[in-house]
Amino acid sequence: MFLLTGAAALVSAKDFLPAIVYDFGGKFDRSFNQSASEGAEKFKRDTGIAFREFEITNAAQREQIMAQSAKRGANIIVAVGFTQASAVEKVAKQFPNVKFTIIDAVVDLPNVQSINFREQESSFLCGMAAALASKTGKIGFVGGMDIPLIRKFALGYVEGAHYVNPGIEVFQNMTGTTPAAWGDPTKGAELAKSQFGRGADVVFHAAGATGIGVMQAAADAGKLSIGCDSNQDYLHPGSVLTSAVKRVDVAVYKAFEDAKNGTWQPGQLVLGLAENGVDYSFDEHNRTVLTPAMKQRLDQARADIVSGKLKVSEYKP
Amino acid sequence: MSTPAKLPRWAELGLLPAINLLAALLLSGVIIKVIGESPWAALKLMADGAFGSQESVGYTLYYSTNFIFTGLAVAVAYHAGLFNIGGDGQAYLGGLGTGLVCLWLGSWPFWAVLPLAVIAGAVFGAAWAFIPAYLQARRGSHIVITTIMFNFIASALMTWLLVNILIKPGQQSPESREFAPNATLPGLHTLLGKIGIPFTSTPLNLAFLFALAAGVLVWVLVWRTRWGYALRVAGQNSAAAVYAGIRPSRITIQAMLLSGALAGLLGLNELMGSQHRILLDFPAGAGFVGIAVALMGRNHPVGIFFAAVLFGALMQGGSQLSFDMPRVNRDMVVVIQGLVILFCGALENVFRGPLATLLARFGGRKDAP
Repeated sequence: MFLLTGAAALVSAKDFLPAIVYDFGGKFDRSFNQSASEGAEKFKRDTGIAFREFEITNAAQREQIMAQSAKRGANIIVAVGFTQASAVEKVAKQFPNVKFTIIDAVVDLPNVQSINFREQESSFLCGMAAALASKTGKIGFVGGMDIPLIRKFALGYVEGAHYVNPGIEVFQNMTGTTPAAWGDPTKGAELAKSQFGRGADVVFHAAGATGIGVMQAAADAGKLSIGCDSNQDYLHPGSVLTSAVKRVDVAVYKAFEDAKNGTWQPGQLVLGLAENGVDYSFDEHNRTVLTPAMKQRLDQARADIVSGKLKVSEYKP
Repeated sequence: MSTPAKLPRWAELGLLPAINLLAALLLSGVIIKVIGESPWAALKLMADGAFGSQESVGYTLYYSTNFIFTGLAVAVAYHAGLFNIGGDGQAYLGGLGTGLVCLWLGSWPFWAVLPLAVIAGAVFGAAWAFIPAYLQARRGSHIVITTIMFNFIASALMTWLLVNILIKPGQQSPESREFAPNATLPGLHTLLGKIGIPFTSTPLNLAFLFALAAGVLVWVLVWRTRWGYALRVAGQNSAAAVYAGIRPSRITIQAMLLSGALAGLLGLNELMGSQHRILLDFPAGAGFVGIAVALMGRNHPVGIFFAAVLFGALMQGGSQLSFDMPRVNRDMVVVIQGLVILFCGALENVFRGPLATLLARFGGRKDAP
């Protein structure tokens, strides 16, 4: 018991302490979690304020670590990933004075901010890019697990591809049925190769670290790949067509910064193309493959989506 | 199995595991030193994180509960000469049984839900173990291969069920809706509170007592019944078993049913006791840890209990360690856990010979044969 009272005494002594809890993928997945980690690191660089971080290994730890961070004086806890929703719900009730920000899920409590992204919009643009770049009329999609979030990506991608070329064929594969599917580059490469074997020449991944293998296979086979979550164009310049960027880093940075400045607001935030929450990437690494003509089509569609002229369907579980 | 050197019982059960554990911790210490942290502080953090407060004890025993179930499951199969690697899949499916009862019968009183949830968990787990058992007994398909394959089938099935059928509509996460309050197990802190002992709120719940009861049950069944005798005979020498009128193929199926049922009870702790919903991948590898637990616990319920507490402590202490020492990340914790398994399981004979010689020299009478 003395440990608990000791921790409670620390709370008042400590200044601003942000914390971040990553999901199973871990902070070095070069994708979703890493993007979150980059946001937190940038906050540390800019403000000099250290943060607490934790990579979970089993379901019970989520609750435990969040509660512990709260007890040890964290003012804001960012939970990365939809799997953390139930833990945030429980812990946020226990610590009404601590701010919680959850990414990719909705938790309806007065001290929780829920940030969601319209991934379907960036996936739509990537589907368009794939269809525009494909010479065979066949493109591929490699997902991690068959879960609603990944179906959201897939649906947007297919819609975008059909928007450009209604007759295009899209191969879809999921990597696995366990969370290991997010960290299996070997299998990602195999799936990409099999899609190339069936005639695809562009492949989009939404599979976390598994996607590294997908992109490697595309580079090896002289085909094109599309990155996910982080801007992955730099991984294989000239082979990565573009990336479906999800600015998790901005969301994390902003949550930390707002909490520090006292401007943090609970409630729901949905970030799409209009809010610069998602986008397709264009930089010096993919300039050679994403031609100006393609870019023009993408930017037109982008403007149409933002203005509401072009509707992208959202996968509803 | 050949034993290189015989040790007195106290050394076999107490001293040797302690030396193995110490060796594993020493090597872990070296690694922690190499990455630039103090091994002593790390050890302290870990021990404190596992046993230092009521909260940490609660979490340690909560994790241990899973490992007791899966450890017992592995041990029962082992006594029948079978290597059940399918604990994870059986636990996954068993949890489905328990979870379905909790979801559907939420309006029933607790005393009615509880036995049904226990039975459903055991039956679903046993059913998942039955198919590999049948294939082994009647078709000669090796149980190691089939049970490990069934883990993948189980997770494919569960992912499909959770994503398409059991998911609570309108949410991203593939999880079922929450169980009704009377379809959940009370936390041990509530139970202790009722008899006047204050205890911090932790996920430790009634399932822990079920795990202990399961240990007693396994002990009685395996060592104190005619069936248990048949099980052990069939496991040690199936030819002798046939000669004694025991049918090894029938024992194979029965042992695997019991094994699967024990693993299937994991859902009681994880779902009914703690998460209060069915979610993806809740066994989280406990079926595999169960193998290490059973090996370390010498396939005896008492040993399994202590081994399960050790692994629970490593898990909880390890999580505290990486919480407080950011440089020791979760992969480092896995390394430490791996070293403990390596020394206590795989390399247990390294110190056995020298220890036997030493004891023989100083102890006198206990000679190594």
